[in-house]
Amino acid sequence: MNETAEAVVIGGGVVGSAIAYGLARRGVKPLVLDEGDDAIRSSRVNFGLVWLLGKGDGMPAYGFWTRRSADLWPEFARELKDFTGVETHYVKSGGVSYCLGEAEYGTRTEIITRMREQAENDPYEARMIDRGELIDLMPRVKFGPEVLGASYGPHDGHVSPLNLLHALHAGMKRHGAAYRPLTPALEVRPLAAGGFEIRTPKGIIATPKVVLAAGHGINPLERQLGFDVEVLAERGQILVTERMAPIGLLPANGVRQTAEGTFLIGTTNEEVGYDTSTTPRAGAAMVRRAIRVIPALAHARIVRTWAGLRTLTKDECPVYEESSQYPGAFLATCHSGVTLAAIHASDLADAICEGRLGANIEPFHSRRLKDQ
Amino acid sequence: MTRETVTVYVDGKPVSVGAGESAAAAALHAGLSYTRTSPVTDEKRAPYCMMGVCFECLMVIDGVPSRQACMVKVAAGMRIERQIGARELG
Ligand SMILES: Cc1cc2nc3c(=O)[nH]c(=O)nc-3n(C[C@H](O)[C@H](O)[C@H](O)COP(=O)(O)OP(=O)(O)OC[C@H]3O[C@@H](n4cnc5c(N)ncnc54)[C@H](O)[C@@H]3O)c2cc1C
Ligand code: FES
Repeated sequence: MNETAEAVVIGGGVVGSAIAYGLARRGVKPLVLDEGDDAIRSSRVNFGLVWLLGKGDGMPAYGFWTRRSADLWPEFARELKDFTGVETHYVKSGGVSYCLGEAEYGTRTEIITRMREQAENDPYEARMIDRGELIDLMPRVKFGPEVLGASYGPHDGHVSPLNLLHALHAGMKRHGAAYRPLTPALEVRPLAAGGFEIRTPKGIIATPKVVLAAGHGINPLERQLGFDVEVLAERGQILVTERMAPIGLLPANGVRQTAEGTFLIGTTNEEVGYDTSTTPRAGAAMVRRAIRVIPALAHARIVRTWAGLRTLTKDECPVYEESSQYPGAFLATCHSGVTLAAIHASDLADAICEGRLGANIEPFHSRRLKDQ
Repeated sequence: MTRETVTVYVDGKPVSVGAGESAAAAALHAGLSYTRTSPVTDEKRAPYCMMGVCFECLMVIDGVPSRQACMVKVAAGMRIERQIGARELG
């Protein structure tokens, strides 16, 4: 079957879906191509943090971009809830990164200070807090004796990543987007007269605008559109406990309690290619650390573990760009698609809609990676 | 036909079940119409897949909470109890 679409988004993960949602909200009705349940999809296996701490070390523009997304999140979550009925469980709770012992406290203090100095207007507003302040923030949590303090970011928060994806899919469809699972783009052909033809197993789609947001599916397709960005895989393992009564825990990068009561414990940073297996050794190490933070976690039962593959660029910052060779073709990929969902649905989708990535998006062009 | 049986205690009540059966099967034998309540919705739940994938069968077995009852083989004297609501971390 051959058809035409106002725009085609390749990839129905949290990045492609947020962009498609934003486009559809503005009246451009995209067709979203996606694979099936056997695909590599980080959007369905991540930790669910809306996180600023540590983003953009060496690239302040990324810090500000992330901060703006965090600022947009509360209204974005409300909009998704009102429009789709899906509760994303987003909370701007503030987030912490625990320091076990003097050395960790020292290193973290250095990082926070350095990032503050890099970014003139300090997008994170993060600061170090001591054990006393931690206890004030979370009076019901009993911390282990090694917890000396933490870095604390007031703009951080967390969300259910699966509900977020569900809401984006429901929302984009309701705004008029078409979603096609089990329909991978096999080939993307720029046409001499402008525009593109996309070949799928089910037919050819003609479109003036294409957004390549396929996560690990970017590498095999990008050269056809004149892009040259290497998306690297980094494995992250996560363990999840049974559901337990809420303990009033702020989200942290190693442990958070979800709205439904489970504790997520994570996560590793491993270079193992496209291998998504879990290892007892990594699981044990993550659990040991979580128990040093909150000793009572030793009594929680782990019910499942899994691993996902992050989509990384060389400097771990996002890449957004329009093809210079084939205008109308855009590429989007990032390390924190959950955090950035709110800004992808607004600022990025706006720019793609207008066909011009302006000064706020310019720093994310992949040419910066070539200079390194 | 003779078959080896064991006695387990489902919510305190003795029940005799086949030796190779699961704790979830024993709970159903005992006539429990539900085996836990959801900590999220308070709904009543019971074993569903009986093969370890759905996690609907979480029960307290020999004092250990949130065990997948369909994956635990019965043993003589085993205590199998309904799990109600969310547990406290303590
Ligand atoms: C363990 C772990 C923890 C994480 N924690 C967080 C966190 O706490 N906060 C946060 O913000 N981020 C986190 N992330 C990162 C986040 O999950 C990713 O940034 C995000 O999911 C990337 O989304 P994506 O849509 O680009 O990629 P994906 O989710 O991989 O989606 C790409 C989609 O494109 C489809 N596709 C591929 N090729 C084709 C093709 N040829 N045609 C059509 N469709 C195609 C795939 O099937 C897939 O559905 C984490 C990641 C991991 C692995
Ligand atoms: S009944 Fe499904 S996991 Fe036990």
